Amino acid sequence: MRAVGIAVGAGLAFLVWASAAFLGFDASSILSTEARSAMLKYAAGFFPPDISPEYLRRVGIGALETLAISAIATLLAAIAGMLLALPAAGRFGAALKFAARFLLNALRSIPELVFAALMVLAAGLGPFAGTLALALHTTGVLGRLFAEALENTPREPAEALLHAGSPRIAAFLYGTLPNVLPQCVAYSLYRWEINIRMAAVLGFVGAGGLGQMLYVALSLFHEAQAASIILGMLVLVVIVDEASAVLRRRLAAAQS
Amino acid sequence: MRLAGAAIRPRDPAALPRLALVVVAVAVLWPALRLTEFDPATLLDPANARPMGRLLAQFLPPDVSLEFLALVGRSTLETLAIATLGTALAFAIAFPLSLVTTMSLSLSAIGPARDAPLRRMLRYPARLALIVLRAIPELVWALLFVRAVGLGPSAGVLALAITYGGMLGKVYAEIYESASNRPARALMEAGAGRLQAFLYGVLPAALPEMLSYTIYRWECAVRASVIMGFVGAGGLGQQLELSFRMLNGAEACTILATFLLLVLLADALSALSRRLLA
Repeated sequence: MRAVGIAVGAGLAFLVWASAAFLGFDASSILSTEARSAMLKYAAGFFPPDISPEYLRRVGIGALETLAISAIATLLAAIAGMLLALPAAGRFGAALKFAARFLLNALRSIPELVFAALMVLAAGLGPFAGTLALALHTTGVLGRLFAEALENTPREPAEALLHAGSPRIAAFLYGTLPNVLPQCVAYSLYRWEINIRMAAVLGFVGAGGLGQMLYVALSLFHEAQAASIILGMLVLVVIVDEASAVLRRRLAAAQS
Repeated sequence: MRLAGAAIRPRDPAALPRLALVVVAVAVLWPALRLTEFDPATLLDPANARPMGRLLAQFLPPDVSLEFLALVGRSTLETLAIATLGTALAFAIAFPLSLVTTMSLSLSAIGPARDAPLRRMLRYPARLALIVLRAIPELVWALLFVRAVGLGPSAGVLALAITYGGMLGKVYAEIYESASNRPARALMEAGAGRLQAFLYGVLPAALPEMLSYTIYRWECAVRASVIMGFVGAGGLGQQLELSFRMLNGAEACTILATFLLLVLLADALSALSRRLLA
């Protein structure tokens, strides 16, 4: 056992050393006096952050834009996800089930930022590109979760309606949807929380929101403004964290 | 009589509240739509549609020329190396900080200790450091480091080291605390030093979980290092960004396929090694 542990440790150490050698990563050059003083000088530029009222107002608008991107993207994704979840849950035959699953998997495995870089080409710089990018990735995630919810829900209520002569759409709306809706809403809210965080950084490739502001500020060497944008991001994330924690507690209390 | 009335039109009793909900939702979402400059027509604008169409049309067949595959292979290795070195440095940051912040080695918890207020004072800055390190996303750190140390993998390594250092440190401390604290406490009560108590009382129980979480983080680091490439931090992401910008769909397709394969492999490797640990 001990010999195995030593062998694994040595192997890991070798991999780390090989990585550093391959990258030409030289800690001593990064920690050298001049590199350190250059980095300290760069870091000092961020303080104090620019907290003039008009700039804070712009950061506030950027934060609102980030929120709007995440909200619209999550809503679009919930709708598209539900539309794709129906075939993915096998309601329209095996061929469509396979096709829908493939599409959902593809959307899910491509990261938001890659979509954002593509959407900036397709829709131009700005928040619309970020919205589309987030919506595409989230559709893949939510579609799969919705499909699982649809598969696990009891079929009897919808079948009872069908046997009583109701049309298929009505049977779905009144027999199936009420059972899966709470779960779908919970999943969507959870993804929204993640998307707010993601929307804040998507702008680095030009997709709007706080990220784009930060990228522009850093490119123009306005470090003090960049610092206030980073602070704005942190505040946004903390507020979202707290709000979701409070909501969760309320929901849990309401259910018990 | 009542039966006849019910048969005329079976109405949805919840129709009115639902309609109200929709109206409120639209009223809230309308400003959001304006704020996101939501306009699907821009997708069809020839200025956008032409380059995008060219990129997508070139996706198939992917570029599999030997020369390009060699480049992609090198970038893949670079991405893996960034993830490995970044996780290793993160461990180097996290491990000492986790020892300082964890409560499971607290001497004052078992009785009066020398310098207890001083030691407690030391714990708070360490905890704050862990919070600050992980509060800022790795992509933001990467963007900052690209400006501080230049384009290339070093920026990615440093960004990963910082963010993941904060995450690992917090989780390690929690792992020590979730394990039974009796062995460590018995050792300390018998007069062992805190480091000894940690090595013989805490680590044996915590090690498998620590390793498995670190491996999981490595898997996340592989994905993150690809994404960080988009802001110039080296690896596959930087190549993909270049291909997008040159509107070279065939290259982009090859890189995307490589990325998906890499993520699958990292996932399988991490799942396998964690199963071996469990």
